[in-house]
Amino acid sequence: MSQTQLTPGMGAGEMTVTGVAKGFGLGPLHKQVLCDCSFTLEKGKLTVLIGPSGCGKSTLVNVLAGYEAPDAGSVLLDGKPVCEPGPDRLVVFQETALFPWMTTYENVSYGPRVQRKMPEAEFRRETMKLLDLVGLRDFKDKYPSQLSGGMQRRAELVRAMINQPKVMLMDEPFRGLDAMTRALMQEYYVRLFEEHRGTNLFVTSELEEAIFLADKLLILTNRPARVKKVIEVDLPRPREFAMLTSKAYQDCKMEALELLHEEAMKSFAAGAVNAADFLEACSQMGQDQAVPSCKEGPGEETRQ
Amino acid sequence: MTNATATTAATPTTVTAPAEQGGALSSWQITLFSLKQWLKSPSPYLNVLGIVGFIVFWYLATERFKLPWFNKLPGPVAVFQEWVSRDPAYGISIYSPEYYHHIFTSIWRVLQAFILATVLGVPIGLFMGWKKTFKDYTFPLLETLRPIPMLAWVPLSILMWPGREASIIFLTFLGSFFATVLNTLLGVESIDEVYFRAASSLGAKPRQVFFKVILPGSLPFIFTGLQISMGFAWFSLVAGEMLAGEYGLGYLIWNSFIMVQYPVIVIAMVTLGVIGGFSSSLIRMVGDRLMQWKVREAAR
Repeated sequence: MSQTQLTPGMGAGEMTVTGVAKGFGLGPLHKQVLCDCSFTLEKGKLTVLIGPSGCGKSTLVNVLAGYEAPDAGSVLLDGKPVCEPGPDRLVVFQETALFPWMTTYENVSYGPRVQRKMPEAEFRRETMKLLDLVGLRDFKDKYPSQLSGGMQRRAELVRAMINQPKVMLMDEPFRGLDAMTRALMQEYYVRLFEEHRGTNLFVTSELEEAIFLADKLLILTNRPARVKKVIEVDLPRPREFAMLTSKAYQDCKMEALELLHEEAMKSFAAGAVNAADFLEACSQMGQDQAVPSCKEGPGEETRQ
Repeated sequence: MTNATATTAATPTTVTAPAEQGGALSSWQITLFSLKQWLKSPSPYLNVLGIVGFIVFWYLATERFKLPWFNKLPGPVAVFQEWVSRDPAYGISIYSPEYYHHIFTSIWRVLQAFILATVLGVPIGLFMGWKKTFKDYTFPLLETLRPIPMLAWVPLSILMWPGREASIIFLTFLGSFFATVLNTLLGVESIDEVYFRAASSLGAKPRQVFFKVILPGSLPFIFTGLQISMGFAWFSLVAGEMLAGEYGLGYLIWNSFIMVQYPVIVIAMVTLGVIGGFSSSLIRMVGDRLMQWKVREAAR
């Protein structure tokens, strides 16, 4: 099937998530991270997942990717349950996950090489074509440490795309880039998407980025996370940065902002309650050791 | 490439970074370039000054002022004269074949033991990091045996092996083996989880993960470990040779002490130091060769 499709890129699969729950730790240490999470990643749509930081977005991506099994609920890709990681759902990670000991070319061609689905000549051609597409042809023999942050993300993007995944899972891929590079990467990514129209899930904590990219916006609640609201973003495609001043964008932003603010407040309040408990617990324990860490306690908690 | 332009912009006349000449950098070009840079910095001269300062102090303390505690020690002049003498008073100088016999005996023992320790230690360490069950079996054993000082092994190794040669090599092997295993294991454990996730997502099978992620990912630690293990090998070798040797630098040191041939002790010690340092940098060079991605990172 992949033989006929000449341009590698993002395939279109449909992912259905039903009632997914996930927690960590046992007994008194148990923390529920996801609770009754349900949504659908529609075919050929770019769905953006946004929520307060620390709400469990990455955990959700790990479950979808198959790195972690959900405690309850199901994840189906084109009707088949997801139970282990595989090249049909590729993740582009928060931090760069290019292998530092391989050149750009070796990194990008890694998937086809280990899967042994196509002959070497073919994946060589595909790799070069994709490197051309993202402007990295001249950097094919460089190691990741010799590339800039933006180049690394582009290399990572094509390393995933060459496998023609049914779903691309982008876990805050542009985090840590400077504002300029980030804007460039957003534009780049949205062009790639508009050309290929694969099924994409993009996780972010930046609202502007979210609306600029999204067909559909999923807003998550505070921990334990579930989908609080789905907003359809009906900005026209191709997307342009100029749209960030349009009325439709502003309305969408206001609506999302209100929901996010509510969650952020809850998270803040929860943090404050935790902090109060923590302080009380400290005062009941021996003073010497507990006191200095107490000072850090509330700050730590509210950031959650 | 960004850096090459940056370098030229900053210092247009002084240095030409090899990267500018276009094409791929060979590793010796990088080495040559960094060597030139190094010679321009104050460090090499300070390095020499440090050594010279030590020798001057040694000379003043022993031969010049004959300070208490130092007055029995051979001074640098006496040692040097003996070392380069065509007719050495105690039979050991750069002209005596016996000197080289001692050196090569020691090097040959270390080489056998070190290769054995590496060939066994690296795979065991990798396997311990790869398979948790194997680690559960072996790790407590390793951590119990590892802290036992090499000298404590001397009686058992004499009892266990026929002849001195085998028991000296065994002691040397033990010294380097534990360091190699432990560092290799730490190397595997230092690999970020994200690389395993990326590999499994991209469809790599366990064997491919082993050769393409675990092995290259732990190389930096393995080579740090090999340098440490080389140090331990020399340490254990000398201990072994002092107790059971017939030739070798460790034997030479102890024998010269008993025979009151003090300058020879210092000759053998300095020889050990030079060879030990040399073997360490040899390992570093092999490591740099195998880890081009690290060298280039540093040179860029």
